[in-house]
Amino acid sequence: MSKLRISVPFTDEQTITSLKAGDQVTISGTIYTARDAAHKRMAEQVEAGEKLPFDINNQVIYYVGPTPAKPGEIIGSAGPTTSSRMDKYAPGLLDLGLKGMIGKGYRNQSVIDSIEKNNAVYFGAVGGSAALISRSIKSVEMIAYKDLGTEAIRKMEIEDFPAIVINDSQGNDWYQLALEKYHN
Amino acid sequence: MKKVHYQDIVAHVSSMCEEANFELGEDVMNAFQSAVREEKSPMGKEVLNQLIENANIASAERVPMCQDTGVSVFLVELGQDCHIVGGSLHDALNEGVRRGYEEGYLRYSIVDDPINRKNTGDNTPSIIHVELVEGDNLTIHMTAKGGGAENMSRLQMLKPSDGLEGIKEFIFETIKIAGPNACPPLVVGVGIGGNFETCAYLAKKSLFRPVGERNSNVEVAKLEEEFMSEINQLGIGPQGMGGSTTAIDVKVETGASHIAALPVAVNLNCHASRHKKVII
Repeated sequence: MSKLRISVPFTDEQTITSLKAGDQVTISGTIYTARDAAHKRMAEQVEAGEKLPFDINNQVIYYVGPTPAKPGEIIGSAGPTTSSRMDKYAPGLLDLGLKGMIGKGYRNQSVIDSIEKNNAVYFGAVGGSAALISRSIKSVEMIAYKDLGTEAIRKMEIEDFPAIVINDSQGNDWYQLALEKYHN
Repeated sequence: MKKVHYQDIVAHVSSMCEEANFELGEDVMNAFQSAVREEKSPMGKEVLNQLIENANIASAERVPMCQDTGVSVFLVELGQDCHIVGGSLHDALNEGVRRGYEEGYLRYSIVDDPINRKNTGDNTPSIIHVELVEGDNLTIHMTAKGGGAENMSRLQMLKPSDGLEGIKEFIFETIKIAGPNACPPLVVGVGIGGNFETCAYLAKKSLFRPVGERNSNVEVAKLEEEFMSEINQLGIGPQGMGGSTTAIDVKVETGASHIAALPVAVNLNCHASRHKKVII
């Protein structure tokens, strides 16, 4: 199957608009990691009127809590975690300029609506294929919330990270489309 | 009376933790390979191939196949003629987990308190179930259970009149709600009967059986096959990308229950069905 090669952060809105639910992509560029505890803390900072630890404009967040790096390695295994746990926080971050999310599993309707409203995109990576995905991570820098350990925010350079467009900017949901296609 | 030493248990458990996370069991790999041959959806097929490749990388490089290296769950069959010396069984199991997770560079995923949520920093405490059995063996079954699939598990107290139809409806509903979140293809553990807490335990216990192995009770084995075939008609497919492989196995364990009761528990396991066994 052919895969679209895309670059992040999204400096060009048209790239997002052209992505369709069910497209297989490989992603290269810079992304930021954050999961449950990091999202909670980011929301608290926004609430308190403070600046987020990185400029979120046009960026992509990867929902992941990697295993520790073995000596000589930059990171351990790093596959996606269940995105729905971040649903509570996603619309707020999308309103602040976030353009993409990588995770696995369903998003709720308010996230899907917010993706459409903000011309953003949600990618699904293959849950559990953490050893393989780690090969596409080229550099890792911890930039905030170090005390959260695996949940700290890391800036990552990735190359040909494999993913699938689940929710596109037109409001389509690949999980629903795929289900309808194969349900007996 | 056989004596088993504390340090012996620690050493076994520590290596079980690493092996469970680095080496996908042959039973699961075989199930992936036959699923790839039968899967109807091209994207589903591709996902399965990616999982096989991932398992091969994890094994060759001795890195975890999944970043969620799980909560360590033990099912221990302790022979009544076996004497553990040098310390307690619970301490030995936790010490083994502490060592295995540290030496294997596995992720610490346990928080001390469900409200305050501070990471304990060594993946303990484990979840430990002990059954007293005849003989003098100490059999330790261990699984590294991931959070994604565990979160989508459910239990319901049905009415006896709901019968098999009600049981099926609850199982399929659970799998539909879970969809891609639980990382299909799944291993579905079902507990039927018992009471509230034993029903959940039966569902969990069923997941320790190797993938592909049917219940020894023929009637229950038939139920497993029936559930499996209907689950794979749902269309969810590998990772929810559509297809005919939503489950690679369904396990059922049953238990006697009160005349008023029909509890059903569904404990979902992701495709990384990590389970190890050692007999000391």
